[in-house]
Amino acid sequence: MSTQQNVQHEPEADATPALLPPRRVGRGRLTLRRFARNKLALVGIGILVLLFLFAYLGPLVDKWGFDDHDFEAFLDGPSASHWFGTDQAGTDIFALTTRGLQKSLIIGILVGLITTTLAATLGAAAGYFGGWVDRVTMWFVDMLLVLPSFLIIAVLSPSFAKSTWLILVVLLALFSWMITARIVRSMTLTLKDREFVKAAKYMGVSDIRIIFRHILPSMASLLIIDGTIQVSLAVIGESSLSYFGFGIQPPDVSLGTVIADGTSYATTYQWLFWFPAGFLVLFGLAIAFIGDGLRDAYDPNSSNAKAQAKAIKEKGKSKGDESDEVPGQRVGSTEVLSQA
Amino acid sequence: MSTASSRAGGTPQDSTTEEGLTPVIETSKEPAADRHGGVPPLLEVSDLHVSFPSEAGPVKAVRGVSYSVRPGEVLGIVGESGSGKSVSSMAVLGLLPDSADVRGSIRMDGRELLGLNDAKMSKIRGKDIAMVFQDPLSALTPVYSIGTQIIEAIQVHQDLDKVKARTRAIELLDLVGIPDPHQRVDAFPHEFSGGMRQRAMIAMAIANDPKIIIADEPTTALDVTIQAQVLEVLKKAQDVTGAAIVMITHDLGVIAGFADRVMVMYAGRPVENGPVDEVYYRPRMPYTIGLLGSIPRVDADERRALTPIDGTPPSMVALPKGCPFEARCPIAIDVCREREPELLTAPGANHPSACHRSRELAEGGGEGLLDPATIYPIPPLPEAHEIERLPREERTAVLEVDNLVKHFPLLKGAVFKRKIGTVKAVDGITLEIKEGETLGLVGESGCGKTTTLLEIMDLTGGQAGSVTVFGKDVREVKGAKARKALRRDMQIVFQDPMASLDARMPIGDILAEPLKTHGWDRARTDARIPELLELVGLNPDHSDRFPQEFSGGQRQRISIARALALEPKLVVLDEPVSALDVSIQAGVLNLLDELKSRMGLSYLFVAHDLSVVRHIADRIAVMYLGRIVELGETRSVFHEPSHPYTQALLSAVPLPDPQKERARERILLTGDLPSPANVPSGCRFRNRCPKYLQLNPGEQQRCESEDPQLHTLAPDHTAACHFAEALAVV
Ligand code: SF4
Ligand code: SF4
Repeated sequence: MSTQQNVQHEPEADATPALLPPRRVGRGRLTLRRFARNKLALVGIGILVLLFLFAYLGPLVDKWGFDDHDFEAFLDGPSASHWFGTDQAGTDIFALTTRGLQKSLIIGILVGLITTTLAATLGAAAGYFGGWVDRVTMWFVDMLLVLPSFLIIAVLSPSFAKSTWLILVVLLALFSWMITARIVRSMTLTLKDREFVKAAKYMGVSDIRIIFRHILPSMASLLIIDGTIQVSLAVIGESSLSYFGFGIQPPDVSLGTVIADGTSYATTYQWLFWFPAGFLVLFGLAIAFIGDGLRDAYDPNSSNAKAQAKAIKEKGKSKGDESDEVPGQRVGSTEVLSQA
Repeated sequence: MSTASSRAGGTPQDSTTEEGLTPVIETSKEPAADRHGGVPPLLEVSDLHVSFPSEAGPVKAVRGVSYSVRPGEVLGIVGESGSGKSVSSMAVLGLLPDSADVRGSIRMDGRELLGLNDAKMSKIRGKDIAMVFQDPLSALTPVYSIGTQIIEAIQVHQDLDKVKARTRAIELLDLVGIPDPHQRVDAFPHEFSGGMRQRAMIAMAIANDPKIIIADEPTTALDVTIQAQVLEVLKKAQDVTGAAIVMITHDLGVIAGFADRVMVMYAGRPVENGPVDEVYYRPRMPYTIGLLGSIPRVDADERRALTPIDGTPPSMVALPKGCPFEARCPIAIDVCREREPELLTAPGANHPSACHRSRELAEGGGEGLLDPATIYPIPPLPEAHEIERLPREERTAVLEVDNLVKHFPLLKGAVFKRKIGTVKAVDGITLEIKEGETLGLVGESGCGKTTTLLEIMDLTGGQAGSVTVFGKDVREVKGAKARKALRRDMQIVFQDPMASLDARMPIGDILAEPLKTHGWDRARTDARIPELLELVGLNPDHSDRFPQEFSGGQRQRISIARALALEPKLVVLDEPVSALDVSIQAGVLNLLDELKSRMGLSYLFVAHDLSVVRHIADRIAVMYLGRIVELGETRSVFHEPSHPYTQALLSAVPLPDPQKERARERILLTGDLPSPANVPSGCRFRNRCPKYLQLNPGEQQRCESEDPQLHTLAPDHTAACHFAEALAVV
């Protein structure tokens, strides 16, 4: 802390940068590093990769297609020829599961991403800019909230059944961002007046940049949790649509439709239910792990980050560094106690 | 809080039985009584230890505090945040959470308080021991009127009927100087201003004629003129009740004039203890010496660098063995690292201090002795920048504000908003800052200084008047690009370094932000960051740490580094040191001083603390209710304050000098700052002006009808008062 010393150091410092190109570690890299340190998150990534491999490579090794019927095996248990068994129409459950998983993975992840991005951008823009941007956005939010989304998708789905099912993704996303957007907006309203946002503004940082660099990262936990929930909601939402015959149209299947078809047999012909359901659970778990890992990585206050900070400090100490930050930080905590 | 806790207390009946049961410990009373001339101490705390469990292990917040207070005495306990000063008084009040481990002994009138259950404690709290907290708003229940709460406090401990209790409550409110007590008694806490609430708290505290009042930072949240009023009320309360006061504060100035004895705490222990004059004039412990040397003084004439105490207080979880101050002590020797010094009276000294070398620390130094005045290396004053050596007229102006106005409409109604008035937050401000100059803008909260600052930083030019930055009228600057270019040359540092740094960014990214925004490439940015960290005295290797990992002072240094990243010409500092402890504050002030001279910066320094402003500013503008009432060169404003408000403001600043402080005459202002929605006609200060009261009716008429403009008194000194007249107050 001694200013004196540093005055003397200064000329040196002016000279060194050229000789010694410092590697500055930015937020992105730090976040990545911390994410990589989180075991569960890596497990989550592993599961997700395996699920994708399974969904896309599985059909290649299976001799049955998802729309083939084996008329010699109805409701057969798992066997050498039908690994996951068959259903009442003689369709191979393995083929159905992989095909369904393909759809559900894509729908889940895309809807999760699109919804959260929409909610974050629109909510933050509404809150930050206020005025007519706010009014128009909130008007849309309110309108979409009162519209019976389920009915609209149901009504619309036959008309897009012939085109791509990706429209379903768009529709699902379109009807699920509003509540989060409202939360994001109100959080933005408070963050907007915080000094670090003002500081950025007075530095000349553009509004868009402020939103993406300061405001949204400050609510990263919320957005990440919301994202993971949206993924699960999308998968469930799609399957309930499919259950009523909307959504993914037969003969195509999704994990939701496979499970829905298998529910009634869950107790008697268990493979019909447990195999697809098991994969859905795995998918959910993987997303949850990744979400947790991301949240910890983004939040410098999380226990993980603290562990890292400690490690750095230990390193600093062994280098013979001045390590007066440690007490400083602790003093902060005792201060809280003394005021309690 | 007191009402809530007293409500939990038992009925008056069992108090009689209780008294008899309590063992009165006579033994240790004798020697204490002997020592202090026969008066037995009222409150005696001995060897108090408090620790809190935490994840990292027990936090030893208080480690052996002993003191005694005799009837009618005022004991001041000073220390910085985390020194354990508040925790020890909470322990006395029995207000610590159950998780706290409290050991030692606290005796009141010979009766042991420690270990009493909550019910018994409640009967003592609010009756024998009263308390006044820093934040009266949280200590008062918002849903009951002030009167109800005082009446309740009275009735819990005294057998009075409702009517009598109410009369008493009104008397009390009158005593503490609340105008119109008959009506105000029914007001709710939120209808009172901060100063009034504190008065109400004091009224409640003295309602039951306590023997001792514990005041924990009672004036910290208040403005200096209000602080002076509240201290006056506390004194009066003491006179009326004859109570002893334990005053806990971080402000050495407040203690100087108020306390009889002072105890300095550091890292959970008292390090020096004695009569005020002794401790202030003949300190024997390096921490006390450092603390006294690090305070900027409003009566300091020649400009000198402050002596900061390097480093930060130690962790209360893992205290190093030896003297807790060792890491920051300039005269530490080997034994300091080995053994923690006891609080002892060194030969030659007449008050105890906890330092191995206190024997050597004698005033004036001498053979084999250390002079307290020189143990801290006094940083040299930075050499003046070439711009600073130019006469003022030859420098160019970096910021000119001419008659700036910012009024907010005062709206009412939820759906259809009607305008019912105008808040004149900034009502015609004119000021100018030249190159290499620091203008201190002072005023109390609500005077409009922050609005002024934001109005300047917004680059919108305000509703009327003009803001000219570097010779360009901001209204003429059109387009995002040109504005951005202007922003590069003017930067801001906020008050709270934690709030102004994005907690989710490593400080490297925080410092890179202005550079990136103004188009620096990655390589240049990366080279600049360690340079900046070094510039403000931080370790350049720490760029990948997060703001939370730094102490308050270090964070403020980061804020300063960020503001200086682009080598601006003008830096706007919004209360940059008011959130810091004094020993840390000195380092930051020195740094600002030094950077200014080195880089030829100009500062607009906004603060409420006049001593800080006196230390750093070349010129001073005093603001009152949206206007500048006095403006001029620092020296002449402090020596010859001419506006009655400036005089009152200056006289209210406490000096860390007991003798001067006792000899001073305070100009006390009546009432609070009026709302800027309701500015008085004519002179806006007239309803509080002490001078106005002395004028004859003809002159008073002038104050009422004519709005005084700034007029010149000396070459660089103007004041907005019809009857401006210099008056030395410090
Ligand atoms: S005991 Fe040693 S380290 Fe502690 S204050 Fe005294 S001289 Fe300094
Ligand atoms: S003009 Fe009158 S009321 Fe105003 S400050 Fe001067 S003497 Fe006081």
